[in-house]
Amino acid sequence: MIEANGLTKRYGKTVAVDDLTFAAEAGKVTGFLGPNGAGKSTTMRMLLGLDNPTSGTATIDGKRYHELRHPLRTVGALLDAKWVHPNRSARAHLTWMAKANGIPKRRVDEVLETVGLTSVAGKRAGGFSLGMSQRLGIAGALLGDPQVLLFDEPVNGLDPEGIFWIRQFMHRLADEGRTVFVSSHLLSEMALTANELIVIGRGKLIAQSSTKEFVARASENAVKVRSPQLTAFRPVLSAAGAGLIDEDGSVIVSGLDCEAIGELAAKHDVVLHELSPQHGSLEAAFMQLAGDAVEYTAVIDSEDAAKAAELVAAR
Amino acid sequence: MTLLAVERIKLFTTRSPWWCAAVTLAIVIGFAALITGTADFQVSVASTQSGYGFGLAVIMVLAALSITTEYRFGTIRTTFQAVPNRTSALLAKTTVVALLALVIGEAAAFGALGLSAVMDSGANLALSSAADWRQVAGVGVVYALTAVMAVAVGIMIRHSAGAISLLLIYSMLVESLIPLIPAVGEDIHRWMPFNVVEKFLSGDGSARGAAAEGPPLSTSTLSPTLALVYFAGVAALLLTVSLVVAKKRDA
Repeated sequence: MIEANGLTKRYGKTVAVDDLTFAAEAGKVTGFLGPNGAGKSTTMRMLLGLDNPTSGTATIDGKRYHELRHPLRTVGALLDAKWVHPNRSARAHLTWMAKANGIPKRRVDEVLETVGLTSVAGKRAGGFSLGMSQRLGIAGALLGDPQVLLFDEPVNGLDPEGIFWIRQFMHRLADEGRTVFVSSHLLSEMALTANELIVIGRGKLIAQSSTKEFVARASENAVKVRSPQLTAFRPVLSAAGAGLIDEDGSVIVSGLDCEAIGELAAKHDVVLHELSPQHGSLEAAFMQLAGDAVEYTAVIDSEDAAKAAELVAAR
Repeated sequence: MTLLAVERIKLFTTRSPWWCAAVTLAIVIGFAALITGTADFQVSVASTQSGYGFGLAVIMVLAALSITTEYRFGTIRTTFQAVPNRTSALLAKTTVVALLALVIGEAAAFGALGLSAVMDSGANLALSSAADWRQVAGVGVVYALTAVMAVAVGIMIRHSAGAISLLLIYSMLVESLIPLIPAVGEDIHRWMPFNVVEKFLSGDGSARGAAAEGPPLSTSTLSPTLALVYFAGVAALLLTVSLVVAKKRDA
């Protein structure tokens, strides 16, 4: 169980994390979603006691990180796979971590086996590929057999095989009753990995709900409209308060349902070729909810960013 | 104890401490061999320790790197994750590095003395006075305390290049240039740590024998013992400040 209560982090005038309150429960994979720069890593660092919150608290099983006796046995974390001395072997890296928390030495070989690094355990970690580093990081997180696991962008830069492996792995950990807290800016990835979503933008909480609910809620009012008279119809839709996103030859309307659009079309003698409700992607859902809160729109991808800008402008 | 073991594993599973130890030994002992082999004066206990200052520089590099590489590679965060009490984690590291510096220093100093004795069997290199002992056995102690200072500076600066340049420029240049300041320069210099600790090592130069060859003696007015206490005090002060800083700062 991970809890944040009014968690706030300021760097000078910049507010990285703004009054964040959420909880991640045991037995579930909780996705921590937000664009780059939304404050995900900062939040995770505060959970782990690495950064001091400006105000608010971050607790794990009701305790602050500093209060945990052998923290690695309670919380395992992978924040950055590159946090390994390049000239130290994988085994040596895990050995000192185990030693620090009174974890038996055989556990080192066990976790190396679990992540499939046994054959390169004696090799220097600096020569590892990103996928191998990521596995080593996960081995470190699993070392103390903790009930709470935190992963920051674990699939970043991995090949499809690695992504699949990590996804399966998270599910297995959650099925074992552990709390799994995974951050990502890859919304599609989270749709496949997470049961619950905590969505933030610019350090603020945007939504906490189940993944299903989140997608449904955000996309229920998106309708695709195709019409030869689109140019004439657009101002009508805008006047009715709808958000419009152009797609080649059609427009995605948000804020109005099929019935309302159909009636508007009839009233203005507009011929429609298509009128279909969209079960939008998680991306679209996110952009719609987080539009205002996206700080660096360019990092998503230019098309999505343009959509977001329109959505925001249309409001 | 556990934390000391942790830091020992961390230190010895990387290469730089081994290299730095080897280089220190090579420099200090090699310098003694060079002096003893070419001296046109009577070789003394003090003259066998001429390479001390160069070894000191390498010890600073070793000690500073032991902590700055942790910041460089992010392992300091893993360390603080495993040991949230930063003060004890960093104290353990400082202790291990200081002990290593002590061992290297003693090995280098006695190695230098021993090799000189072998090379020049006629020289009087017996440790027959407290001053002689300080000159040789003191090297390890000074290295250990210097290592503490270097770790402290490393904790504060966090960058290898920055910490090492600061340490080397200070110890090699700043202290020896201060006396050039008119009127007050000498007075300030009298209290600068590396000048003071030279008093502990060479005292009034009695370990130099009849030839009395060597660099200028320390201008410190302290007794050798007090000089060491003063030097240790400076190291403790720097370490305390660095620990406070590390505790307050985001890792």
